[in-house]
Amino acid sequence: MADIKDAIKEKSMVIQKDMLADLFKELGNTKETGKKVVYTFVPGNLTELILSFDMLPVYPEINALQSGMRKKSAEYIREAEKLGFSEDVCTYVKCDIGMMLKGNIGPTGETLPPPDLLLLSYTGCFTFMKWFENLERLYPGVPVAMLHTPYQEDGKITPEQLEYMVKQLKEEVIPKMEQVSGKAFDMDRLSKMMVNSAKAEDLLVKILESAKHKPSPIDAYFAGVYYIGPIFTAFRGTDAAVEYYTELYHEVQERIRLGLGPITPEGEMKEEKFRLVVEGPPNWTNFREFWKIFYDMGAVIVASSYTKVGGVYDLGFRHDPDEPLESLAKYCMGCYTNMNLPQRVNLLADYVKEYKADGFLINSIKSCNSFSAGQLMIMREIEHRSGVPVGFIESDLVDPRYFSYANIKNRLESYFQMLGQRKVILSQEGVEV
Amino acid sequence: MNKYYLGVDLGSTTSKAVIINEQDEIIGRGITNTRANYSVAADIARDEAVYNARFSILKKKLEAEIAANPHYKKYINDLESVFQYEQFKVRLDKLGEELLKTCRSFFKDEETQEFYINHLRSIRRSFKPVIKHDYLYNDLGAKNQFFRDIVSEKYNEEVNKLGSELFEPLMTVWDKSISPAENIRVLFDFKELIHKAMDELKVKYKNLPDTTNDETSVNFDAEMNLLKGNFDHVSESLREHIDEIATIEFNISNMTGTGYGRALLPFPEDCIRSEILCHAFGAHAIFPETRTVLDIGGQDTKAIQVDKYGLVTSFQMNDRCAAGCGRYLGYIADEMSISLNELGPMAMKAEKEVNICSTCTVFAGAELRELTNLGERREDILAGLHKAIIMRAMSLIARSGGVFNEFTFTGGVARNPAVIKYLSQLVLENYGSSIKINIHTDSIFMGALGGAMFARRNMKADLPSAKKEKIDMN
Repeated sequence: MADIKDAIKEKSMVIQKDMLADLFKELGNTKETGKKVVYTFVPGNLTELILSFDMLPVYPEINALQSGMRKKSAEYIREAEKLGFSEDVCTYVKCDIGMMLKGNIGPTGETLPPPDLLLLSYTGCFTFMKWFENLERLYPGVPVAMLHTPYQEDGKITPEQLEYMVKQLKEEVIPKMEQVSGKAFDMDRLSKMMVNSAKAEDLLVKILESAKHKPSPIDAYFAGVYYIGPIFTAFRGTDAAVEYYTELYHEVQERIRLGLGPITPEGEMKEEKFRLVVEGPPNWTNFREFWKIFYDMGAVIVASSYTKVGGVYDLGFRHDPDEPLESLAKYCMGCYTNMNLPQRVNLLADYVKEYKADGFLINSIKSCNSFSAGQLMIMREIEHRSGVPVGFIESDLVDPRYFSYANIKNRLESYFQMLGQRKVILSQEGVEV
Repeated sequence: MNKYYLGVDLGSTTSKAVIINEQDEIIGRGITNTRANYSVAADIARDEAVYNARFSILKKKLEAEIAANPHYKKYINDLESVFQYEQFKVRLDKLGEELLKTCRSFFKDEETQEFYINHLRSIRRSFKPVIKHDYLYNDLGAKNQFFRDIVSEKYNEEVNKLGSELFEPLMTVWDKSISPAENIRVLFDFKELIHKAMDELKVKYKNLPDTTNDETSVNFDAEMNLLKGNFDHVSESLREHIDEIATIEFNISNMTGTGYGRALLPFPEDCIRSEILCHAFGAHAIFPETRTVLDIGGQDTKAIQVDKYGLVTSFQMNDRCAAGCGRYLGYIADEMSISLNELGPMAMKAEKEVNICSTCTVFAGAELRELTNLGERREDILAGLHKAIIMRAMSLIARSGGVFNEFTFTGGVARNPAVIKYLSQLVLENYGSSIKINIHTDSIFMGALGGAMFARRNMKADLPSAKKEKIDMN
């Protein structure tokens, strides 16, 4: 990806870069190839289904975060605000709309094709619905398929919810896709892709769980966002994704064998001083600076909720070739932001325990309601249950106006000193940490 | 040899230094305004703490004599105040040089230069005796007022008397001179200055009136009365001790820098600590039952939760908005053209609290004018403003988890009586009467104190308070 171009590269990173380059090239050639383009979202995405119709997915959130990393988001957000979007609107939305208004140039410099279908399969965030209402106005006449995913209000997926989801897939989503692509739905093809999905998912879980080792061979947040890239986006269900995760898995295994710490943009992290669990998305506009504060202090993120927005695979869910539609439905309902708050607390408290974390940190995002709601409660609960020091910082997804390096650094420094001091004193007191 | 430990808290508004001994007792405090050159601010705070420590040691040495002769105490306190005046004089000379320099470079022709230089001289002649009098008779040295504030107030007064056409050039000369003057570190010879101060005191006591009446501005009390006929004897019997403390070598064994400017302090990297930890550590050391600390500083407010060891378990800070920090009060004081120290007492005279909706410092200024236009009393508006600050602090405290057990309030704002009033009221309303609220007279020094205590423990944090502490609030 653009932001780590000067960084030390493992083979898996090169593979991922090529995968993305090929995708954007293909997206740039749709006029010639006639391939249809589906705009859709990451949490609860129906990638295998889209690919089974030979259509190409575009993820506006990913474009927005890439724009943030490429320092384009300020301009795009300004453009959207000129149009009347308020300061408080989700900055992914404004960045995406601003990008479209400025010619829809994608992260690789190629122009992105307009959507042939807006597939609104949103989970846990109602802004997605408003986002696509706006895109519909930007692209008048574009067909919209909506998949309404019920929230796990009671902390479980009921048979009725499953039935409701599958019904929508059969009666709303698939017919729209057939209409747009001009192809008939092929259940066998979808099922075969799911064999690949499950393989990649198994590998991803092993990769993320490698952080249970001390020292952790990976950073499950800052590097984690790269690791989830292919499976959360256009490649789930493909051979390429399986190849990527196989390679990454071997690299991580090798790091464990050698007792190595995570790779950072400035090389290997030498000493693991603090192990953290992080809740909330990262900031993208100053991603490298943000990450650097952590690795300079010897802090490694061993688990994060953000790397579960496109699927909480470590809880056991896999796409199932034997029930493709049902598993798509379960997948959508099981994404992190579709879980209720007690479920999230349980998950995070388990992470702190299982990954032997020294602390729990929240990066609260100014413009993200779906993540920010309940975060203070989550923090209190984790502190109460696990007894680890908790930290709270604030930034934004892609609006650089809300990233205050000095403030964040000051807080994180204090937080790391808290953790350090605690280790010293508790060990003197004979308390196990 | 006695060992001492230094903590320097370089805050956004004030820089504080504390020296402690091996028993964690504060023996020296120094404070100054933070300025462009952080290093100078830290040096001044530290120098002041060292001077203050010399006086503390003197008082400690003479504890028995002081107890037996109360006028000794009076003499030493007076001496410390006049000693501050002696420092003030040296700084005023440096400022004078800067003002002349500015005049010569700012005004092109010699005639204009002379014209303004003469004005500057007469301004200085008018205010210098007033300030001297304040130091000698009104205890100005003990009021924690900074050189910049003292001089600029008087300079302003004098310039205002001169008429509008001179106002702008003289204020420009001032603006161009005060910063360079302030950013020079002046090295004082303690012994020389203390002798000068003793001479000054002689004159003061000699000129004391024999009897007092209501017209006398002198704070005439029993101790002073004893000194009146006796000062020569007192000063001579103390001279030897004073000379001794003037030459004590202060062996600073370790130090810690904290506060916003900590990274800029000329300290080794491992001697730099976060102010959050230092404030909590200082507050917890003084009040070991503390579990919640609120620090209202100049440009931030921190709500901190600590455990039985004084370890921070979580904290919340405001960094989006200044409403709710000390600077908010400073801004309001400027808007009302009154001094910061007058705000709290004035708010205490309120009959009601006017509701201030503004959450923004700048807009609160506008709201204040608007409310004045509507006929609200100043006292009532001020009461509302003080309450508004505490309401914001309460929201920060809630975010950090609430108030537990003992609640310790630190920071410069903790000296403001109206702040204390509303804080106590709102803590009571929100968390009940079982919460004990601690406010220490040294609350502004709590970060520097925590720093010094970290320094004494050489960062290894061997906490005596943790050993004493038996109650586990978790």
